[in-house]
Amino acid sequence: MTAVGPSVEPRGLPRFAMRANAWLVYLFFYAPIFLLIVFSFSDDRLVGRWGGFTLRWYGEFANNSEVQQSLWVSVRVAVLSTLVAVVLGTLAALALVRFRFFGKKVFDALLYLPVIIPDVTMAVMMLLFFTRLFDVLDDTFGLQLAKGFGSIVVSHVAFNISFVSIVVRARLEGMNETLEEAAVDLYATPWQSFRYVTFPQILPGIAGGALLALTLSLDDVVISQFVAGPGSTTLPVFVFGLIRRGVTPMINAVSVVMLVASVTLVVLSLVAQRSRDAAGSDG
Amino acid sequence: MTAVAERIDEPVGVADVERQAARERRRRGFLLALPAYAYLVFFFALPLVAVGVFSFATRNRFGGVDLAEWNLDSYRKLGEDIVFDILLRSFSLALLTTAICLVLAYPFAYFIATRSETVRNVMLVFVLIPFWTNFLVRNYAWRLLLGNDGPVSQVSQLLGLGEVRILFTPLAVVIGLVYSFLPFMILPLYAAIERIDWRLVEASRDLYATGRQSWTKVVFPLSMPGVIAGSILVFVPSLGAYVTPEILGGAKTTLLGSYIVSQFLTARNWPAGAALSMVLLTVMLMTTIIYFRSGGRNL
Repeated sequence: MTAVGPSVEPRGLPRFAMRANAWLVYLFFYAPIFLLIVFSFSDDRLVGRWGGFTLRWYGEFANNSEVQQSLWVSVRVAVLSTLVAVVLGTLAALALVRFRFFGKKVFDALLYLPVIIPDVTMAVMMLLFFTRLFDVLDDTFGLQLAKGFGSIVVSHVAFNISFVSIVVRARLEGMNETLEEAAVDLYATPWQSFRYVTFPQILPGIAGGALLALTLSLDDVVISQFVAGPGSTTLPVFVFGLIRRGVTPMINAVSVVMLVASVTLVVLSLVAQRSRDAAGSDG
Repeated sequence: MTAVAERIDEPVGVADVERQAARERRRRGFLLALPAYAYLVFFFALPLVAVGVFSFATRNRFGGVDLAEWNLDSYRKLGEDIVFDILLRSFSLALLTTAICLVLAYPFAYFIATRSETVRNVMLVFVLIPFWTNFLVRNYAWRLLLGNDGPVSQVSQLLGLGEVRILFTPLAVVIGLVYSFLPFMILPLYAAIERIDWRLVEASRDLYATGRQSWTKVVFPLSMPGVIAGSILVFVPSLGAYVTPEILGGAKTTLLGSYIVSQFLTARNWPAGAALSMVLLTVMLMTTIIYFRSGGRNL
């Protein structure tokens, strides 16, 4: 991070092209989102045409019981899977950064896989696994298990653990270990040194990881679609189905609501990570 | 952790005590990792194995799966024309997406990395916002933009260029994929370029390198880890993309992700779907191994 000297900046046409490219990229990022918001207030049956201001599509959204129901499923799945993933992911991060133990390398690799595996592959994995597992359990115990809310939560936890542990780990690695050693030297039990020294310091990381987990859970379409059962459709799965059947202005309104929710989560996570020190901002 | 050893007063050999303390620490570390470890073994590694097992199974007449008879039929299916076309199309679209992302993101990341710290942070926040915004919504926005009589078409008609019919073509899919994954390219590139020691560039200029030369000989090679990491992070999800082609692509442009899903949800040929998932998994593992071999540390 040395000072950037003048030799770094291109001159003439490349300099202009670089600036123009930067503006174009931002335009590319924001124009679609902006237009989506605008058209969600448009009083026209065609989704991409302006026909005067209306709140009618938001009204339809508010009165659609299917949307309401799937929204509720999504929120419950996201909160539950985040809570479990935060606990497991934080413990995993602590173990990996502060301890050496049997099978650490394998564990490390296993934690990375859910991050880079394509959604479709993970969806296939979970579908086959639950189908097979439920078959076996049904046969052995005479149960009648079916995919649904539970299997969605379990699948979301499986990928969220990794993301939480990566964020918390970055935070832990940027933290000074001598503070913990000082606490132990002053006769703090391991629990006390965690509770009063480590935990307050990694809290922003945990909060950041939790918000990332919430976002990812609310983002997921493919995995949820594969392991959902009747009556346990999440909002993205429901909206995805609607889009495939044909777009309606109501989808614009639902999309804007989802958009506002995710931007709120981003802002919260940026605030949470604000207090980070020199720790890297990976992830 | 000598602190633990010092508190023990028994006349035992110091080596013994330390070994015991180390063992104790190792046990504690293992116990901390255990819940997540067990969870991932049971709900991730085991499902992964299940895909492998199913890919060798046979589909029976009722659309069910016969696990008893192992064979390579599902993998032979990869050579069939339809499947091969889909694989080829998916690979070329994913490559094209990666190339476009790289061309757009490199100057952009370079621009951010060479700003003052305040400007840099603001610019990065505005990259992160779309990155975190709901994936489905971002793709849907393009459906709206590119649709018949949509804003893009209206603008082009105003300009006298006639109607634009991009929706449901491979071009729409590429636009959607670039839009979805561009931040994955920008962020690692930025991280790599920001780490460059600019004194090296100054040194090259002092040695009479032209701007172009110091870029090709100094800056670009040093930013290589970012280029590779970004390319993997764009290529792998593009190859397995499902939502984007379903929303923006047409019936004639089936891609790998959609084909796999259809094998499970409509065609009910689970072994074939599992075999294709294994292909996707292999590509992912290979690119990741290449990345770590080439000196990358974390994705």
